[in-house]
Amino acid sequence: MSDREIDEISGTETTGHEWDGIKELNTPMPRWWVWTFYATVVWGIGYMIAYPSIPLINDATKGLLGYSSRASVAEEMAAAEAVQSQYVDRIAQMPVEEISSHPDLLQFAIAGGSAAYKVNCVQCHGSGAQGAPGYPNLNDDSWLWGGDINSIYQTIAHGVRFETDDDTRFSEMPAFADLLEPEEIRQVAAYVVSLTGEPSDPLLVAPGAEIYAEQCAVCHGEDGTGDIEFGAPNLADAIWFYGETEDEIAGQIANPKHGVMPGWVDRLGEPVIKQLAVFVHSLGGGQ
Amino acid sequence: MTDTRSQATDVEQFDAQAVNAAWARKPLYEARKKIFPKRASGQFRRFKWLVMLVTLGIYYLTPWLRWDRGPYAPDQAVLVDLANRRFYFFFIEIWPQEFFFVAGLLVMAGFGLFLVTSAVGRAWCGYTCPQTVWVDLFLVVERAIEGERNQRMKLDKAPWSVDKLAKRVSKHAIWLLIAVATGGAWIFYFADAPTLLVNAVTGQAEPVAYITVAVLTATTYVFGGLMREQVCTYMCPWPRIQAAMLDENSLAVTYNDWRGEPRSRHAKRAKAEGKTVGDCVDCNACVVVCPMGIDIRDGQQLECITCALCIDACDGVMDKLGKPRGLISYATLNEYSENMKLATAGGTTPINPDLIRDKDGSFIDQVRHFDWRIVFRFRTMLYFGIWALVGLALIFALLSRDRLQVNVLHDRNPLHVTLSDGSIRNGYTVKLLNMIPEPRVIFLSIEGLPGATMSITGIDQPDGRSFAIPVDPDRLRTIKVYVKQPPDEVLPGKTQFHLVAEDKASTEMDVYNATFDAPEEK
Repeated sequence: MSDREIDEISGTETTGHEWDGIKELNTPMPRWWVWTFYATVVWGIGYMIAYPSIPLINDATKGLLGYSSRASVAEEMAAAEAVQSQYVDRIAQMPVEEISSHPDLLQFAIAGGSAAYKVNCVQCHGSGAQGAPGYPNLNDDSWLWGGDINSIYQTIAHGVRFETDDDTRFSEMPAFADLLEPEEIRQVAAYVVSLTGEPSDPLLVAPGAEIYAEQCAVCHGEDGTGDIEFGAPNLADAIWFYGETEDEIAGQIANPKHGVMPGWVDRLGEPVIKQLAVFVHSLGGGQ
Repeated sequence: MTDTRSQATDVEQFDAQAVNAAWARKPLYEARKKIFPKRASGQFRRFKWLVMLVTLGIYYLTPWLRWDRGPYAPDQAVLVDLANRRFYFFFIEIWPQEFFFVAGLLVMAGFGLFLVTSAVGRAWCGYTCPQTVWVDLFLVVERAIEGERNQRMKLDKAPWSVDKLAKRVSKHAIWLLIAVATGGAWIFYFADAPTLLVNAVTGQAEPVAYITVAVLTATTYVFGGLMREQVCTYMCPWPRIQAAMLDENSLAVTYNDWRGEPRSRHAKRAKAEGKTVGDCVDCNACVVVCPMGIDIRDGQQLECITCALCIDACDGVMDKLGKPRGLISYATLNEYSENMKLATAGGTTPINPDLIRDKDGSFIDQVRHFDWRIVFRFRTMLYFGIWALVGLALIFALLSRDRLQVNVLHDRNPLHVTLSDGSIRNGYTVKLLNMIPEPRVIFLSIEGLPGATMSITGIDQPDGRSFAIPVDPDRLRTIKVYVKQPPDEVLPGKTQFHLVAEDKASTEMDVYNATFDAPEEK
């Protein structure tokens, strides 16, 4: 503009705008501010060249430094794995029952197993491993397929009745509704209740005992203590899998439910299964 | 157009102008006026040298003191071991949860400051504040290289020359050396000093050590060398807070104008002319020694750190003149006001020093002098009481604190587990704290809960009611404890019992009141 207007008092140029007689001074920016501003512009251009910046249709420019946040996450994960590998490698090389004799490995395995448990196991066994009807409580000392560390490892690795795994644990209780009269099933149920010392009708118990000896003792044992070879539950203890009332027991005799647990070894790998086994074993019921 | 103002009117013209008139405006930023304190000598200066020696000695030497704690703990007498979260102070070792001891010491320091300030004024500022001590040290260097006040002022005004450059460079180099040593000493409190010194010199210390040294070097150099009195005047909150701490019975460095005024540079001539003259000969000795660059004769000021150097300077002058010392002295406001009343005949006349003197020139009996009993008054007693109370509480806490502790976390998920024989089991995460630097065997046992037994993961021992657990020196050991109670003893709901940790060798014991959970109904 040709008609620059200078304010008389301050000697500074005005913007030429006027509001009710008040004019705005066009005070120049402080030099340090301006230079800082230019510096940020230069920095911004450099940043755009060095880092991913300009969005394209499906992608964005890559930047000269080749940085990506995914790669940076992968790096961090790799670094964490590298730190863990000193434990994981040793765990991978030793039999699972030996882990507990190395305090550092035991601590690592319990922590690692706990983490793997929270991701893979809580859905059925519960966040506290307390189980649910049909899903065993892992805290107690009652084990369908054995509670020593090797048995636990085997169960977790290959599952129960998991058809795609040839090493899976398998057993099937016949549906006695096809083999016994309803009256006989009630008698057996009464006898099973009596095994735990709970009261039941003595008139039913006596014939029930005979049928039990004939039909059930093969798997569940003469005294009803079960057999981990077949995953046959202990019927003489205080822990019930599918309910403890006589009706629920009779229902299980007539048409047994069979739970399925997947085998995890293909999915999680041996070291993690070992850690899981150590963790489950440490919950208090391990033998 | 005619100039209306030139016409004589009936309207009165005022002689006034706007306070912010453009031509009268001053910059908002006041440039610093350099101060060139002259060296004082006298009893307070000697005392300050002593304080400087002691405080700097404590600061630089403490990390190098050794204290034998046996093979399992460091042998540095004072050590803040951040990596292992331990604080060692001679025979005391503090764990993080005992940090309240440090908080207590800070409370004591606060009340100690209140106590000292209400009794003897800003003694902290004048004698022991690191800012004062280091500025004093830096001034020693400045005097040694650039000379006394007049020479320094001359040098400051002189154009740049080889001599000036050499002096300035060597002064700042020595300042920087002191600053590096100051920052360097700080890091030795946080690691084994001899090891760290070797590592730091050979470039093997942690980056944080170098960063700390760099930051503290910068602050020492900038605050002690470059900013000096500006730190006290502009940055420090204490001069503002002290107003609430001082009262009319607190000691403050005071110019006793009741005997000094009217000041005169030509006392003899003035006297001969029959004028009254005070003791002050207006020699400005008190001004030139002041590190804050103020004139104490202007009265109490925020800037005055009560370093008492003006007392030394003035006492020297009074000695030369054969007059009693104490024209500038530590005095309370009460004494000062009483004496002022005497000298002004109750405020009716200007100061007349003759009113407070006998014929022979000595002070009349009514003149009040400092009475040390004024230190003992309600306010100072209250501060001392609180200070002592906190101190006693800390000593009690220190003597009665446990070096063996047990912390218990009850499993909440699941609360209880039914076992195959019908027993109920609860899980607990137990933390055993062995807080002495010696390995110990701690016995953990159940008290109460009939029939209950426990098992501990990782301890190979059959179920029982008491376990011997070895714990490393000065460490916490976390164990998983399972407590089970047979079905015929189980009570529904919650049952209280005790988990007892005991060191049978020292009979130390800690008890945790635990809860045993069972199903509400069978």
